[in-house]
Amino acid sequence: MAEWSFPVEAGHIMMFARAVGDPNPVYHDAEAAKATEVGGIIAPPTFIQASAQFNPDYFLRPKIGQLWFGSGKGPTGSGAKPPEPVAEGGGGSGQRGGGGGVGLHAEQHFEYHRPIRPGDVLTPTNKEGKSWEREGRSGHLQFSETITEWHDQDGHLVITARGVGVRTSGPSQS
Amino acid sequence: MALSASSLKVGDSRTEVVAENLSRTQIVQYAGASGDYNPLHSDEIYVTKVAGFPTVFAHGMLTMGLTGRLLTDWAGDGRLLSYGARFEKQVWPGDTLTATATVESIEEAEDGAVASFTVVTVNEAGDRVLSGTAKARLDP
Repeated sequence: MAEWSFPVEAGHIMMFARAVGDPNPVYHDAEAAKATEVGGIIAPPTFIQASAQFNPDYFLRPKIGQLWFGSGKGPTGSGAKPPEPVAEGGGGSGQRGGGGGVGLHAEQHFEYHRPIRPGDVLTPTNKEGKSWEREGRSGHLQFSETITEWHDQDGHLVITARGVGVRTSGPSQS
Repeated sequence: MALSASSLKVGDSRTEVVAENLSRTQIVQYAGASGDYNPLHSDEIYVTKVAGFPTVFAHGMLTMGLTGRLLTDWAGDGRLLSYGARFEKQVWPGDTLTATATVESIEEAEDGAVASFTVVTVNEAGDRVLSGTAKARLDP
């Protein structure tokens, strides 16, 4: 995976906070945020997921000049070969598991070392996570974990993200 | 306003409706903001004909983000030390989600008190769609 980083912008934080339905001024109003304990705009707790926007290899974003697997005229209107249906496996890392069936995001965990602020430039380091299997209601389940540490422009750890993806042996309705 | 250890006790809980009749447009809005453009969340043709689901569904991370509002509203800005969630059931357009956080413990740590919470989000049928935990730094 190419080296990349996540430049945090105030407008992006505002749009993300709107998308998760949070009107807290600390996410969009610089003046109001100044008067709070944190002293300025910060990002909501799950904002690091939006790092996917800056991951050059992120496979769940249509890329200019490349075929996309979503529908156009028909179910795979672009002509791209559809991959197995998969939901993001966590941490914005853009990694995906192998095997058949459907992949879904099972768990996500964050440890916060300090709030994310506009102007931060965060760089991910992926660490090998565990993988395990078990039998579930919908068949055989394969879990895999991705751990991503995000450091700021000064080399300080800001947030640790741990995502767990699950693949089922068939389409899951649950 | 941050929570203070002296005014909080184990068993205290707080509930908020974090989504009402969740719209397809809000799911698209989350796709645009987060950058997760998986067609499972916005593309009715793909999701029904290729993936075999009844309709589009919300990103698990949208549910986690919606639920996060309850935690930050209660614990205060920048007070969370951790937040984790398990996605238990899919969230569909039209769902109304209610999140509840409950204080499980309050412990003295090096730089002050820390509260541990459990978090549960249910849909309008009462089915659990998310379960999680969080820790927050408290005022004395």
